[in-house]
Amino acid sequence: MKSALNVDQIKSEFPIFNRLVRGENRLIYLDSAATSQKPLSVLDAERDFYTKHNAAAHRGAHQLAEEATELFEGARAKVATFLNASSENEIIFTKSATESINLVAYSIGNAKPGSKFHLKAGDRIVVSEMEHHANLIPWQELAARTGAELSWFGVTDDGRLDLSNLDSLINEKTKMVALTHQSNVLGTINDFNGDLVKLRAQIKAVGALFLIDACQSVPHLKVDVQELGCDFLTFSGHKAVGPTGVGVLWGRSELLDEMPPFLTGGSMIENVTMQSATYLPAPKRFEAGVPNMAQAVGLGAALDYLDKVSLTAIHEHEVALTKQALDGLKSIRGLSIVGPTDVKNRGAVISFTVEGVHPHDLGQALDQYGIAVRTGHHCAWPLMRRFKVVATTRASFYLYNDQSDVVALVEGVDRARKYFMER
Amino acid sequence: MELDSLYQEVILDHYKRPQNKSLASNPTIQVHHVNTSCGDEVTLNLHFKGERVENITWDAVGCSISQASHSVMSELLKGKSAEEALSLVEEFQRMLQSKGSDLGNEEHLQDGVAFAGVSKFPARVKCALLGWMAFKDALQQSITKAN
Repeated sequence: MKSALNVDQIKSEFPIFNRLVRGENRLIYLDSAATSQKPLSVLDAERDFYTKHNAAAHRGAHQLAEEATELFEGARAKVATFLNASSENEIIFTKSATESINLVAYSIGNAKPGSKFHLKAGDRIVVSEMEHHANLIPWQELAARTGAELSWFGVTDDGRLDLSNLDSLINEKTKMVALTHQSNVLGTINDFNGDLVKLRAQIKAVGALFLIDACQSVPHLKVDVQELGCDFLTFSGHKAVGPTGVGVLWGRSELLDEMPPFLTGGSMIENVTMQSATYLPAPKRFEAGVPNMAQAVGLGAALDYLDKVSLTAIHEHEVALTKQALDGLKSIRGLSIVGPTDVKNRGAVISFTVEGVHPHDLGQALDQYGIAVRTGHHCAWPLMRRFKVVATTRASFYLYNDQSDVVALVEGVDRARKYFMER
Repeated sequence: MELDSLYQEVILDHYKRPQNKSLASNPTIQVHHVNTSCGDEVTLNLHFKGERVENITWDAVGCSISQASHSVMSELLKGKSAEEALSLVEEFQRMLQSKGSDLGNEEHLQDGVAFAGVSKFPARVKCALLGWMAFKDALQQSITKAN
C-alpha cells in the first residue's frame, strides 16, 4: 500500500519524534485528537515573533508595534483563506475553541429584548448527544440563564446522528443549533453537505443560528465555511499542529457586527466615557485586551504547513490508517469498537473497549510500549452513558503516523489484553 | 519490567477476587466518590459503632488499581478504631505521594504495600486513593453524626 504522504520526511520536521519514551521505546503518538505535535516551522514562527518583532499589536507609534500588527493581522488573513471566509473580519482569535463557543453563548445571552439574538422562555437550543463538553455545557448554561429549552439529537447504535425526531427538534421554536463536525470519541463525521443536507436545510428554513464545532475536522480535512452553510465555526490551534493558547471563531460578518460583546475592556471600544462605551465592529469587538499574538502567528505557520502537505493528502492518508486499524483491532478477542466500524464519513479517531481490561490499565500497558493513547470519558460523559461504558481507550492518527504505528497499536492492545487476562 | 512493579500479583488478585464488594444494608453513612478525570466511581457503606469501624462494604466501577485498592482498604480497616483507621489512611496516603521513596510498612499496611509502585505513576495515584478518601470522608461524617 502506497501512502499519500511521505511520513518519514514529515516526522523529521517534528522534533519531538527524536526522543525516546519509557526507556528505549520510540514514541508512537496516537493522541492527536487531544493535542497534536508541532513542526519546527511553527516553533520557529513563535520564537521569531518574540525575538524580532515583539510589541503590542494595534498600539504604539514604533516600528516593532507596526511589525507585530502586520504579523498578527497576517495570521488572521491566513485563517480566513484557509476556511474560505468572505473576509478576514470574520475571523476572531480566542484562547481556545472552548472560549469561542462560550463567546457565542455569552454574546447571545447578553442580547436585549428586541435584538434578533435575544433568547427567552419558549425558545429552543439544540445540540447532540455526541458533543464534547465544550459544545454542551455553554448551551446548558445559556438555557438556564435565558429560560430557553435545551434539546438534543440522539446517537444511533453505530455512532451516527439520529435524525428520527428532526421535525420536532428543528422547528420555528428553534433559535440556535450547535453540532460537532466530527466526534472526538466516535470519529463520526457529520457530513452537513452530504448525508445531513436535509438537517442543514431545515435549520436554515426555520431561521435558527447554526454553529459547527470543527475542532476535530479542520486539522484533518478541507473545511470550507461557504460550503458548510453554517453561521459560526470554531476550532483550536493546538490540534492543528499549532500552538496552545489560540482558538478561532469564524462568524458571518452581518451577524458578528450586531452581536453584543462578551469580554470587554481595551482594544474593543470605539468611544468611552465614565458612564458608557460604544464598540468597534468585529473582529475587534470580540478581542478585548492585548491579543495572543505569538500564538496567532504560530497558528498561521501551522496552517501554512498543513497547506504545504495538503489536507486532501492528509485525509486520504488517515482514511487508509483508520481502515488498517479498524481491521486489526476487530480481530482482537473481546474488543468492541465504539463508533462506526467502516471508514465512510469517519475521521481517524477510534474508541474501543476490551472486555475485562479497564481502559486505564490498557492505556498504562500501552504507555510502557511507547504507545500514547487517551483513556477516560474524553470530555463526553453523556456519550459514554449512551453507550453504557464508563470509559474507552482512544487512538487517533495524524499526518506523522504510519502503518508501523498501527501495527504497534494492534499488537500492543493484544499484548496488554493477555497481560491482564491470561497472567 | 516496570509494568510488573505497578501491577503486582497482590493487586491483580484483589482485582479478580475483590473483598467486601457488595453493599451491606443500613450503613451509618453512605458516600459516593468520583474520580472526575476518568469517571471511575465508588459507593462506600460504613458501619460505625462505639468508636469502631464495624464494617466497610463497597461497589465501584474502575480500573484494576482502584478496584484492588478498595478491596485492600476494606480488609485492612475493618475492626479498627477510628484513630487507628485514620492513622493507616494517612500512612497509605504518604506512601502513595512519596514518588517511590516510601515503600510502606508491611506490618501496618499489609497488602497495602503492594501499591508502593503506584506512587511512581503520578496519573494513577488518584486511582489508588479514591476508596481510601471515600472511607475517610465516611468516617468523619460518622463521627460528626455520633456527636
